[in-house]
Amino acid sequence: MDALISQYIDPYYLRILMLIGINIILALGLNLITGVTGQLSMGHAGFMSIGAYTSAILSMQMGSPFFLSLLAGAMVAAFFGFLIGIPTLRLEGDYLAMVTIGFAEIIRVFFLNFEPGGKAVGLSGIPQNTTFVLVWTLVIIIIILNAKLLSSRIGRAFYAIRENEIAAEASGINSTRLKVLAFTAGSFLAGLGGGLYAHYMYFIRPQDFAFMKSIELLNMVVLGGMGSIPGTILGSVILTLLPEMLRIVAEYRLLFYGALLVILMIFRPNGLLGDVRVYDIKKKLQGKKVGLWQSSN
Amino acid sequence: MAVLQLEEITMEFGGLRALDLVDIKVEEQQIYGIIGPNGAGKTTLFNIITGIYLPTGGKVIFKDCLLNKMHPWDVARQGIGRTFQNIRLFNKLSVLDNVRVGSHGVSKSGFFGSMLGLPSSRREEKMIVEKAEHLLELVGLGEKKLEYADNLAYGEQRRLEIARAMALNPSLLLLDEPAAGMNSTEKVELMDLIWKIRNEMQLTIILVEHDMNLVMNICEQIAVLDYGRKIADGPPEVVKNDERVIQSYLGAEA
Amino acid sequence: MIWQQLLNGLTLGSTYALIALGYTMVYGIIQLINFAHGEIYMIGAFVGLFLVVNTGLNIGVALLGAMAFCMVLGMLVELIAYRPLRGRASRLSGIISAIGVSIFLSTLMVLIAQTNTRRYPDIFNIQTFQVGDLQVSSLQVIILVVATLLMIGLQLLVQKTRVGKAMRACSQDLEAAYLMGINVNRIISFTFAIGSALAAAGGVMVGIYYNAVWPYMGTMAGLKAFAAAILGGIGSIPGAMIGGLTLGVLEILGVAFLSSSYKDAIAFGILILVLIIRPQGIMGQKITKKV
Ligand SMILES: Nc1ncnc2c1ncn2[C@@H]1O[C@H](COP(=O)(O)OP(=O)(O)O)[C@@H](O)[C@H]1O
Ligand SMILES: [Mg+2]
Repeated sequence: MDALISQYIDPYYLRILMLIGINIILALGLNLITGVTGQLSMGHAGFMSIGAYTSAILSMQMGSPFFLSLLAGAMVAAFFGFLIGIPTLRLEGDYLAMVTIGFAEIIRVFFLNFEPGGKAVGLSGIPQNTTFVLVWTLVIIIIILNAKLLSSRIGRAFYAIRENEIAAEASGINSTRLKVLAFTAGSFLAGLGGGLYAHYMYFIRPQDFAFMKSIELLNMVVLGGMGSIPGTILGSVILTLLPEMLRIVAEYRLLFYGALLVILMIFRPNGLLGDVRVYDIKKKLQGKKVGLWQSSN
Repeated sequence: MAVLQLEEITMEFGGLRALDLVDIKVEEQQIYGIIGPNGAGKTTLFNIITGIYLPTGGKVIFKDCLLNKMHPWDVARQGIGRTFQNIRLFNKLSVLDNVRVGSHGVSKSGFFGSMLGLPSSRREEKMIVEKAEHLLELVGLGEKKLEYADNLAYGEQRRLEIARAMALNPSLLLLDEPAAGMNSTEKVELMDLIWKIRNEMQLTIILVEHDMNLVMNICEQIAVLDYGRKIADGPPEVVKNDERVIQSYLGAEA
Repeated sequence: MIWQQLLNGLTLGSTYALIALGYTMVYGIIQLINFAHGEIYMIGAFVGLFLVVNTGLNIGVALLGAMAFCMVLGMLVELIAYRPLRGRASRLSGIISAIGVSIFLSTLMVLIAQTNTRRYPDIFNIQTFQVGDLQVSSLQVIILVVATLLMIGLQLLVQKTRVGKAMRACSQDLEAAYLMGINVNRIISFTFAIGSALAAAGGVMVGIYYNAVWPYMGTMAGLKAFAAAILGGIGSIPGAMIGGLTLGVLEILGVAFLSSSYKDAIAFGILILVLIIRPQGIMGQKITKKV
């Protein structure tokens, strides 16, 4: 299958498609934490790096099979998410943002000094096991599970915490527990994405997972529309393609990128698909008559 | 036997004593009114009962169980539902979803069960939806179940809060100024609703309200707070004629 | 040895404090983490450098020039990127907009000045005094004195003047301040101006002290200064000063006694510990949220 694909798709586009897939997985993880549950995390790349390094070291130095490395990377990232989440998720919004930034920085500095991870030079020669089919199969599975989760009791509780934490608690929602749950699950996906990334890129360095990477992932979630799965997918696609398209204006690329963020926030503060529901569109189209659409956000 | 018993509740914010040794006893299936001027401490009392504030002193006893140090969600799971004076809906969720969230404390599906759509979760989900739709009919919002909560009119939002609180199957319901901002027709409907809820579902209701007509009509027992102190309690006729109440509260209104 | 580290730490910390003040004042009023603040600091350092090198201005005048420039820049940023969002977008949108500005400004500086590190010319004739065991450079004295003067000035401004009173009113309750007839937009603008000027002063002094100015210098300094603001208790002006000094001292001590390779992790480690133990920061007050 993969052989077939690489025969028909230009390597350049194939590469972009791979990165889009990996970014969707990463961004869906962050969406769970920030978009859905409303807990601003600005250190998602830190959890990604845990997954990347763990899986790469397992594959390269312990001879562990790829799938096991991948799973282990995701689990270790989830474990750290859980560990960090417990004491910090009691903190209010912006404090949490700062703690997540701080944690990601600490992780980065740790890997900068981590002998088995090659310190600042990083790791190279990671087996390139991540294939197109694998990435996109995972993307589809994760989207389906995500969608199911978000329309369930637990998913609704996540949204409720974002919308009004006090009212959520008065409905019997243990907000601390659920925030930790969202954080752990989101970190799991970050670790998974990190592992896929490492086994695709062949080579990783601590600065691949610096603050800017976390911001990029956050932008994907915000651009599409907070808490919406289609929004997050759209955001990931656009923000993976955009830098490629802006390549023509090479050094002005980041200048545009920065300006674009400001403009977007001014004109669409809730993201491109934020607040957009099938129900409302239908209502607009057909006046008041609305069919029975089960729409959970 | 009282369902809810507050003993010598005291609450201080910095230097301010918002509640001062308040005793209140609410009997099973009563509609109990709490009245008093703005800033008297009525909402603070609700916040203490529901575990949002930790009282500086005193005890909250609900069905023989001490609530004092419980988290708000544990209090809710004991069967205490509430609404908020400054409406707190989940604005970007549908009306139906708001009520479905209300069932959280009395349902069980976990993370994996939900995600994988296990049969038990699906069954529970079906019941949650049925209950929510029933409650929305009850409060007259059946037609609006797919709207965003923040698209509702003010009075509708207040009723949605009641439906959400009812989804918890509470045995005690706390309503904080449910009629605020409603016109007189809506107020009459609200009164009927409160009656109906109490009689059909056999629960106890505590009501904070400024509309004296509504309070005197509907409540079987009333406590009056003033500057954090309970200055009177008893049936409406007694409270209505109490010297101090007339002086500090009712008199000012008339 | 320890005293020497303490002095070095205070010097570094006073520059963190200068930057942290801008974060805390802005946050106190509009609850926005102004991620572009670090870039204002960086641009301050560049403007100072430019003035010294290209116009031969006296360093004191260059410092004032950098402060004035950044004042205007700070107000512009607020006007263009934050004001249009106010009242109609979530706080997260504000943060993203701030990040956009931050990326924009640092890239702009890369385009103008390239990524290589620049140095202030050697015109300062820095002397080092020996006080007991202590090595004190004239530059350290200048930095400490200037920083102290600026902070005293800020305190006077906030506590004693009309505009300061309006600022305090706004940070208590923006809506109430508006209803009382305070021109809220003007006060916010003014707050950005003051905060940016302080950051620029910090930028120029750090540029001279560490002898390095480069377009990405604002990122880490900004993050650490924000950490300092939180450490001290966000929204509190004395808190930002104390937070900045504490962070500077602890960071230098950490480098001296642990390892310099973990330098950047130390500040954040401290911050996380403090927040877990005392979420409201050193000077912040614990308040019961009103429900
Ligand atoms: N979280 C809080 N922090 C400080 N003061 C509070 C807080 N909550 C309530 N108060 C004060 O307690 C008093 C009683 O308030 P409240 O219970 O809301 O009154 P009511 O609901 O009777 O109008 C008021 O003076 C109010 O300002
Ligand atoms: Mg009240």
